[in-house]
Amino acid sequence: MTTSPSPTYSMAMPGKRFPRISLGILLVLPALTAITLLYALPLLRSLVTAFRDNDGGWTTDHLVRAFSLYGRDVLFSIGVVSAALVLIAVISIAIAGYLVLGTTPWAVRFLRWLYRWPLFIPFVVSGQIARSFLSTNGMMNGVLIETGLMMSESAQSFLDWRGLVLTFAWKQIPFVTLLLAGAMAAIDRSHIEAARNMGASRLRCLFGIILPQAAPTLWVGLILSLVAMLSVLSVPMMLIAGNPTMMTSMMAHRITYYGDYGVANALGLFSYALTAVTAWIYLRLTLRREVAS
Amino acid sequence: MNITRVLSPIGLGLLLGVVAFIVFGPLLNLALWAFAEQWFYPNRLPTGWGFSFWERVFRPRAGAWTSLFNTVLVAFSAVILSMALAIPAGYALARQALPARNVIMLLFLLPQAFPNLPIFVNIAAIFYQWGLNGTLIGVVLVHSLPGLVYAVWIATAAFSTVDRSLEEAARNLGASPLRTFIGITMPQALPGLLAASIFVFLDSIDEFTGTFFVGAPEITTLPLLMFNASMGGNYQVAAITALILLIPSVGFMLVIERFLKADVLSRVGR
Repeated sequence: MTTSPSPTYSMAMPGKRFPRISLGILLVLPALTAITLLYALPLLRSLVTAFRDNDGGWTTDHLVRAFSLYGRDVLFSIGVVSAALVLIAVISIAIAGYLVLGTTPWAVRFLRWLYRWPLFIPFVVSGQIARSFLSTNGMMNGVLIETGLMMSESAQSFLDWRGLVLTFAWKQIPFVTLLLAGAMAAIDRSHIEAARNMGASRLRCLFGIILPQAAPTLWVGLILSLVAMLSVLSVPMMLIAGNPTMMTSMMAHRITYYGDYGVANALGLFSYALTAVTAWIYLRLTLRREVAS
Repeated sequence: MNITRVLSPIGLGLLLGVVAFIVFGPLLNLALWAFAEQWFYPNRLPTGWGFSFWERVFRPRAGAWTSLFNTVLVAFSAVILSMALAIPAGYALARQALPARNVIMLLFLLPQAFPNLPIFVNIAAIFYQWGLNGTLIGVVLVHSLPGLVYAVWIATAAFSTVDRSLEEAARNLGASPLRTFIGITMPQALPGLLAASIFVFLDSIDEFTGTFFVGAPEITTLPLLMFNASMGGNYQVAAITALILLIPSVGFMLVIERFLKADVLSRVGR
């Protein structure tokens, strides 16, 4: 049979006269322009401004000043974020593990319905929720006192670093759990069944078989949570009145009160560095895993 | 260790009760504040209930209507702008042989991979020079940055799940490329694109930092209104605004799995 083009095929030909590559670039170009103007340009400006003095010369003054003025806030941020990440990891593993290994159907169904509620609640709303729930006469202390778990004299406000950790965890646990439970559900059930048949306890199954396979997803969830916590401005502004506080709060402070973009951008550089270090550790871990397997 | 005995039904029920309190307690506390007219220490519950603060918030010419209108207008504009840019880009990234495709994908990943506050600060400084600070256009643009990132990634994933053989069949039957795209490709990609639109919409409604630097004080959205009320010590107004902000968030949480199908999710980032 000959391969002479049918009439329909030749009708489709005009589209092929354009080289495909240029059409593709044409389609991507508007979005690329937008991301360049809205992201690459401000990013470049933030990096450059951190190293520029008023006369346009290069300097490291802003970095030094940022560290001497806000070193405590940087350490405070690292501490809060680390504590929150540990809490998020532990509880997400517990919830996702129970969702996969739980043997009481009603409890699994109920927990699956329950844990997701804070998933899309805005940070700014979480901040307000924490302000009322965690304050000295908030509902948390109220319930603890009414149930006899705490004396009313020892009621205290949690609106400090503990409030930040709890609020961040409350907001981010559903997100990490959603990712982790998805990854755990995708694991070959036969591995789990085999281990269970050999007499492994459910805890042993979770930490020996399921978690190692789902660990990359957990890491991704934790890194995304880290970025979210280092980005959010509203929660630290609403929960922490004085010093030390999160870096974001101090950046905003530096700009609204002093118009000092140099020091603010130098602080921004610290938050980039913090994320970059974590991402680097993650990449090293995954690379080692890939080499090993 | 015998975990089954520890998690006997009663223990299990208690544990789930504690989890339920941790999840819903804070939300309940917020709802109480929204309807409390009098609530002084040391009362555990409000001593006066009512809607008078709702009336204050929704009085004609009160700030809430303007904020609500701004919020919805900005969110819809951000969705239209992001999707108009992301649909062609997503199609090209999924289908066309692009030079440096990985670099382009990475460029669309970076905004989510690093803290965005310094970016918003510098956008505000740039917008100030362009006269965009304190304008609705400026706020729409700053809301479209995170929106565009989600939209491009999800749209790319949605287009790459479309069955190509159907498109080829349509073309062989004589459909033009445009007709094939509208009649065959779009309907299949639609659930993913809808999910992307909802993400952009929600993200814009909740967006605080960008509006804080670019919009305030001229443009007030609901999150800013809530923030100002809270910082001013007006917990009732803050709680009412927060409840309004919760409606779309919780609504979407309940239906997310219907929109984001596993086959699209598994292709995000490829």
